[in-house]
Amino acid sequence: MLLRDKVHTRTGDKGRIVTISLFAYRDEDFALLEEKVTAEKVTTYFGDLIDRPVDRYVLPRISALNFVLHRPASQGVTRSLALDTHGKCLGYALLNMDISSHDPV
Amino acid sequence: MTRTVRIGSGAGYSGDRIDPAVELASKGSISYLIFECLAERTIALAQQRKRHDPSNGYDPLLSDRMEAVLPFCRKNNIKIISNMGAANPIAAAARTKQIAQQLGIQGLRIAAVTGDDVLDLVRNASPSFEDSTDSVESLGERIVSANAYLGADSILDALTQGADVILTGRVADPSLFLAPLIYEFGWSLDNWQLLGQGTVIGHLLECAGQVTGGYFADPGYKDVPNLARLGFPLAEVSEDGSAILTKVEGSGGLITRATCKEQLLYEIQNPAAYLTPDVIADFSGVEINDAGYDRIRISGATGRPRPSTLKVSVGYQDSYIGEAQISYAGPGALARATLAKEILTERLSHYPLQELRFDFIGVSSIHGDALSHASCEPYEVRLRVAARVESLKQASLIPQEVEALYTNGPAGGGGVSASTKEVIAMLSTLIPREQISHKIHLEVS
Repeated sequence: MLLRDKVHTRTGDKGRIVTISLFAYRDEDFALLEEKVTAEKVTTYFGDLIDRPVDRYVLPRISALNFVLHRPASQGVTRSLALDTHGKCLGYALLNMDISSHDPV
Repeated sequence: MTRTVRIGSGAGYSGDRIDPAVELASKGSISYLIFECLAERTIALAQQRKRHDPSNGYDPLLSDRMEAVLPFCRKNNIKIISNMGAANPIAAAARTKQIAQQLGIQGLRIAAVTGDDVLDLVRNASPSFEDSTDSVESLGERIVSANAYLGADSILDALTQGADVILTGRVADPSLFLAPLIYEFGWSLDNWQLLGQGTVIGHLLECAGQVTGGYFADPGYKDVPNLARLGFPLAEVSEDGSAILTKVEGSGGLITRATCKEQLLYEIQNPAAYLTPDVIADFSGVEINDAGYDRIRISGATGRPRPSTLKVSVGYQDSYIGEAQISYAGPGALARATLAKEILTERLSHYPLQELRFDFIGVSSIHGDALSHASCEPYEVRLRVAARVESLKQASLIPQEVEALYTNGPAGGGGVSASTKEVIAMLSTLIPREQISHKIHLEVS
């Protein structure tokens, strides 16, 4: 099961920080989302695109998770050599995350 | 019935569409039209234009926007508030007065808000930068701008003086929307709950089309009608700070709980502590409820006392970037693009580049190798190379080397495009608010 089928997303940016928010299409899926999409898993997922662990904020009232990513110093919007200087496309990378597998503990 | 104030959002960035703003001014029954037009780096670039021409340095679309909306704003008694003053609010006010006179609009009161330009203060006080090892001394003459984020109080003073059009430089985006609410409802500047609620309204409106279905559509998952005629949002705000978000009837796009949720968290880090010059707003308890077709009720934000410092963005001349691209298509496209990359890597190794990056556009340019699942050989690939260097002359090396691949590189390369640019980068610092004060300059057409 891909996140793509459970949530919609928006990405925002401030300098080298990128924020990715996920919103459950159905409120009853939120508990699963909260359990499966942890800060640790998102940190691992983005690998060397980020340079420190992500922060996660939980907003049950609107069935949302908000992730704060720190990109490497050279990757800020005003300096980056990348095509997507803002990092605006990053949210859709996360929608490819598979949340059906049983995690090894 | 409780009194409401209707506020429209006429632009979400400097280059935004103008026709939705005209639609709001002519058909939106609004009392205020707000244009948010300053991105992080915009003011540094505007500062450079002002250096070349002291009568410039304001938003490049100021004249087009004013010519389009002023007649409707005069007719419908709508006040305009915008940060289109950028690096030169006084020149923007003078230009707006000129446009009003050309349109035959007399007695229009146009205010310029200044005081955000704190370059001299930063040079003297030499505050340390956040998240950087650079200092004011080490950057020296490379610093081109320093602008403090002013708050709603600066705009409030212009409203109190009866301004019809208010042009600012750097003001926190939500403050542009909060100021008229404070003015209309007489909210106290230390009622943190109301300021928090007004700030969430401003935050939801400030990116214009991003809350009415722009930056939202995903065919089959989130469909949006008539994006080509996307309507911009307006808020019907009540005295208790709650509001209905809606748009002009018949305009394109949509306002739903989903569009509002996405915009609520857009660019927000900790939703319980959103810092502005006016308040530390808490969005964690915000309620987003249906209130009819294309009508969403927003309530439940609160706040805590405002920060004692103001954020200051400092622009500096950082480096130059040379960039170029070339395409390969058909059988072996990726292999030929890879060979081109190898050739460029060797040739460019002889030059003092600060940073070098290659991308295979259509394969892995956006998210890198680890996240890009290339399942089959792409039909076409565009090789992109970008390098950071010290001078414009060095930057032109990249276009030269890529263009040379036409006659010296792999078979079948085509469609070279290239550019060079100066990089103005941004740093931020905090300055005690009592060291920064604003001024109002008034013109009458």
